Amino acid sequence: MNTELFGVVAILFLTFILAWPLGKYISKVFKGEKVWSDFLSPLENWVLRICSIDPNESMDWKRNMKAMLRLNLIFFLWSILILMIQKYIPIWNPANIGNMEATLAYNTATSFTSNTNLQHYSGETGLSYFSQLLVICFLQFVSAGTGIATLALLFKGLVQKQAADLGNFYHLFLKSCTRILLPLSIVVAIIFLLNGMPTTFAGLQEVQTLEGDTVQVATGPVAPVIAIKQLGTNGGGFFGPNCAHPFENANYLTNISANISILLIPVALVFAFGFYLNRKKLAWIFFGVMTIVFLTFVSSAATFESSGNPEIAKLGISQPPGSMEGKEVRFGAAASALWGVSTTSTSNGSVNSMHDSQTPFSGGIFLLDMMINAVYGGVGVGFINFFMFVVIAVFIGGLMIGRTPEFLGKKIEAREVKIASLVILLHPFLILVGTAIAAFTAAIEPAIGWLNNPSYHGFSEMLYEFTSASANNGSGFEGLADNTPFWNIACGTVMLLGRYLPIIGPIALAGSLAAKKSVPFSSGSLKVDSLAFGVVLLGVLVVIAALSFFPALTLGPIAEFFSM
Amino acid sequence: MKRPKNLKLFQSQIIKESIIASFVKLDPRLMLKNPVMFTVEIGTVIMLVVSFISLSPDSGQGSFIYNVAITLLLLFTVLFANFAEAIAEARGKAQAASLRKTRHETEAKLLLSDGSIKTVSSSQLKKDDIFIVEAGDTIPIDGEIIEGIASIDESAITGESAPVIREAGTDHSGVIGGTKVLSDKIKVQVTTRPGETFLDKMIELVEGASRQKTPNEIALTILLAGFTIIFLLVTVTLKPFSDYANTAVTIAALISLFVCLIPTTIGGLLSAIGIAGMDRALRANVIAKSGKAVENAGDNDTVLLDKTGTITIGNRKATHLYPFNGFGKQEFVKYCLLSSLADPTPEGKSIVELAAHLEPQIVQKTAKDGKFIKFTAETRMSGIDLPDGTQVRKGAWDAIKKWTGANGANQAEKEIEGKIAEIASNGGTPLVVSINKKIAGVVQLEDIIKPGIQERFARLRKMGVKTVMVTGDNPLTAKYIANQAGVDDFIAEAKPEDKMNYILKEQKEGKLVAMMGDGTNDAPALAQADVGVAMNSGTQAAKEASNMVDLDNDPTKLLEVIEIGKQLLITRGNVTTFSIINDVAKYFAIVPALFATSIPGLNALNIMSLASPESAILSAVIFNALIIPALIPLALKGVKYKPIGATALLTRNLLIYGLGGLIIPFIGIKLIDLVVSLFV
Repeated sequence: MNTELFGVVAILFLTFILAWPLGKYISKVFKGEKVWSDFLSPLENWVLRICSIDPNESMDWKRNMKAMLRLNLIFFLWSILILMIQKYIPIWNPANIGNMEATLAYNTATSFTSNTNLQHYSGETGLSYFSQLLVICFLQFVSAGTGIATLALLFKGLVQKQAADLGNFYHLFLKSCTRILLPLSIVVAIIFLLNGMPTTFAGLQEVQTLEGDTVQVATGPVAPVIAIKQLGTNGGGFFGPNCAHPFENANYLTNISANISILLIPVALVFAFGFYLNRKKLAWIFFGVMTIVFLTFVSSAATFESSGNPEIAKLGISQPPGSMEGKEVRFGAAASALWGVSTTSTSNGSVNSMHDSQTPFSGGIFLLDMMINAVYGGVGVGFINFFMFVVIAVFIGGLMIGRTPEFLGKKIEAREVKIASLVILLHPFLILVGTAIAAFTAAIEPAIGWLNNPSYHGFSEMLYEFTSASANNGSGFEGLADNTPFWNIACGTVMLLGRYLPIIGPIALAGSLAAKKSVPFSSGSLKVDSLAFGVVLLGVLVVIAALSFFPALTLGPIAEFFSM
Repeated sequence: MKRPKNLKLFQSQIIKESIIASFVKLDPRLMLKNPVMFTVEIGTVIMLVVSFISLSPDSGQGSFIYNVAITLLLLFTVLFANFAEAIAEARGKAQAASLRKTRHETEAKLLLSDGSIKTVSSSQLKKDDIFIVEAGDTIPIDGEIIEGIASIDESAITGESAPVIREAGTDHSGVIGGTKVLSDKIKVQVTTRPGETFLDKMIELVEGASRQKTPNEIALTILLAGFTIIFLLVTVTLKPFSDYANTAVTIAALISLFVCLIPTTIGGLLSAIGIAGMDRALRANVIAKSGKAVENAGDNDTVLLDKTGTITIGNRKATHLYPFNGFGKQEFVKYCLLSSLADPTPEGKSIVELAAHLEPQIVQKTAKDGKFIKFTAETRMSGIDLPDGTQVRKGAWDAIKKWTGANGANQAEKEIEGKIAEIASNGGTPLVVSINKKIAGVVQLEDIIKPGIQERFARLRKMGVKTVMVTGDNPLTAKYIANQAGVDDFIAEAKPEDKMNYILKEQKEGKLVAMMGDGTNDAPALAQADVGVAMNSGTQAAKEASNMVDLDNDPTKLLEVIEIGKQLLITRGNVTTFSIINDVAKYFAIVPALFATSIPGLNALNIMSLASPESAILSAVIFNALIIPALIPLALKGVKYKPIGATALLTRNLLIYGLGGLIIPFIGIKLIDLVVSLFV
């Protein structure tokens, strides 16, 4: 137990230690300052020249938004095409995997383009190595790059004074991939490789077991895909069981590295905000607010998982290792709880245990974590979501002290409040309406066969699926027969809306902030880097999420918890 | 006929009017302006229909009485919100009406183009008409004196009993309808059409006919609409959720949940708070031309204040008399007094006052004969030639030097020059007195800083407002007074365009600037300033250019206006916080009530241990309705603003309205439930 706890603390400690210098580095990359990785610029310039993009051309928010959408549309079309014709591609398909069905291909392409990585297929049987690398792995890079580059636009918007330009999305996007994601992925992939995770183009391996049968074991170029999957808050597994599979997560050391990778960039981006704007204290306040929520979630989930399942306890069976259903013995209950909170906080979505099998309280926490979707959050977009809460908190806090609200000298007016409210509103809208349609269908047609579990848990399964899709998380509660046209199309659409509207809105907001003149700070202004503002921010974050989702959570995990 | 400055919060007449108005305001076309309360009205209508449906025994919607009770409670929620708005309007109107009472129909002596005078009713006057007012007449309408000077009793408007002087061609040429001319005869040109005076505009604003939402109010309405939509989603989707969970949920329960969750408290009080802000300005005798102006005042970063009248009392005063050159104290005082007795300038008068204070017996003995020498621009001295031939002169040192032929060479002159330098460096003005061309001593004139002004500036500094003193003095004197009074910056030797340039400079840095002015040459700066307050006695141009008019002509009024603006925003912000955080308790009341029968485990969420599902829902709805009238006094009076620094203020308000808003409804709902459970 104590070693488990030590593991949890060590993971968090290492993450925060590593995130600080990384944040400083990312800020320099965004600003175009001198960094060690400048040797890559000839390569970047070559790419930009081929695409005839002038990296120094600054664009306003509308042009940047169009650039982002255009690029993502190309990625999407490329992916859906490859998935539907993978059988005909002559290389990297040793297991002769067939083409993907249309609605599943739509779901998969949107899922990976939107950085969600919700999987309604199983990697071993659904994808060729070509698709794994040039669709999955490729999208895992570019979707993460899209999120990071968008955040860079927001940062620029906050420092601009009465100017329209927010930088060049193409250039920022390229640098996010080459300077941030690529070097980190190489390091993490090597760690994975050294710990025995496979990297091969060979097909199924035939192995003779101790009992004497032969089994076909799926392998592939796993280690590099898993590295970017974790670092880019993607989470889509190479294999069906995701990081519970030993080839995706070999031992406790890979588990530690993977968990750190999940949290690293999202946390570093909070610090990058502090370095970029030279507002380190404010970054600490933001980090503090997120970390309070995060640690509360981790500690309660870890407590509930370590103390075992009450239903099993009722049978008179002692559970010294905690509730172990659906968990890997090599990681244990506490590390699985930490992973669960990390992966739902950051919109990563990879799992090293089955979330479906966690105790109801932890399941509820994972749901709430994705409902907030701003505790560190997905790379880039997490901070952007968080920023929407900041706008609302600044607005309320400003009024509370008798001044027209302003954030870092920019007045928060009707337009900003409108955008932030809409973006925040979208998340409950997608989750609640989606789940309502599913619940309605399941209620009038119980024989539809979606749910492996009846009652509250079945409700949690549907709620989780839509929450995961809208939060671009990608983890599944499983137990849901999700590869049906309804779930493929509904979740695909929710993922698209849940990804792009919360990016477009904030870019517009950044544009509007950039155009404003800066109001000098006075002793009557709201001091955002104060503890009092931190309290307002925490209140806004928790209250909005809790108020929006309390009834839904009541009928799912809370009812299950109290009925146990 | 002094106006009562403070109306009681609730007068029976006002209450009666407001109750009627609350029902009139139920008109959906009027309700539409307030999206939050409009949804409650829709909920009431739905519940009315459901009540009838529930008459059928197998409707599954609960008892008829229960449904009717919910319907009535929702209706009361809307009525309470309407009442809050109505009472704020009624109080504003009452305040304005007492001002308007002063301007009932009076007779006006209209001057016709042929020079003859025709007596008409004041309501017949048109813009640019010229009329004549004589001692004893009431001025029929706002106008500008184009000929003559008069003393006027403005107590009807300002409550100040001392008469004021108004003169054509000066910065004090404006006259107000309803005030009374005490002496002399003036020719006045009508500047406004009847019904379009500032007061009329203000009354319209308060009555809501032309009340426009301020930018912050719009932003807040958007946020509240956002919350309303979220809770609409929460409630609507709860129906399929509970169907799935095989729980029958009544429409009454869902609508109650919805109404309790949406921010009805702030939604119901929002416009009342806005109107009350305008009303508070009016109560301070400031007529704001728009709500935005009041709001902007609270956001001010920089305030330009004229030195004279604002920071210092009127004019310079003599504070010390220093005899030199062998003159005795008594003798020197006597000559100072003699030279000033016939001097009509404020400085002269203050010398007489000082002399009377220093040597009371001399004043009685001194005769007022002799030839008074007036100040001219050429000699730059004034004084007196006494019957015995003694010539007394006083003036600036260089003028006296010329008069006496002194060259500053001898010992006495050196001493005097030392004194002069000392006085000047302390912000005073030295006046040298000579007797028979012999230098006799120095009179020290000083600006007297208004008592308590330092504290006001310190208060402003804590609010984050920078104070700037504008003066015609030389930089040295200006700096001294600025330090004494505690202003942050000053403009010395100011010309009218300097104010304008300073405002532009500050605005370029993104600051909001407020200033007060009265003269025509102030008009461009008043127009440029974000908050321009004109004195009512000021010229028409100044009043047109500003966005507020101060009826009291009190230069320190600006400081009050800033606090009123801040109070307006603070009240809104804190009631919003209170309203939203209330939802936590309401959830704990209603959600367990919805599901407790079908999912017994959820009774654990009933932490208030409310008696039954019905009483829990009723109690939450009752609390939700009652909190609106309970907060009306707060909305009307405003949350107190304390200049304790932004962070401390935020902490304080978080504790009161945040933490309070979290805890109070738990207690309130529980108490109501104790009563309700006796009946349900």
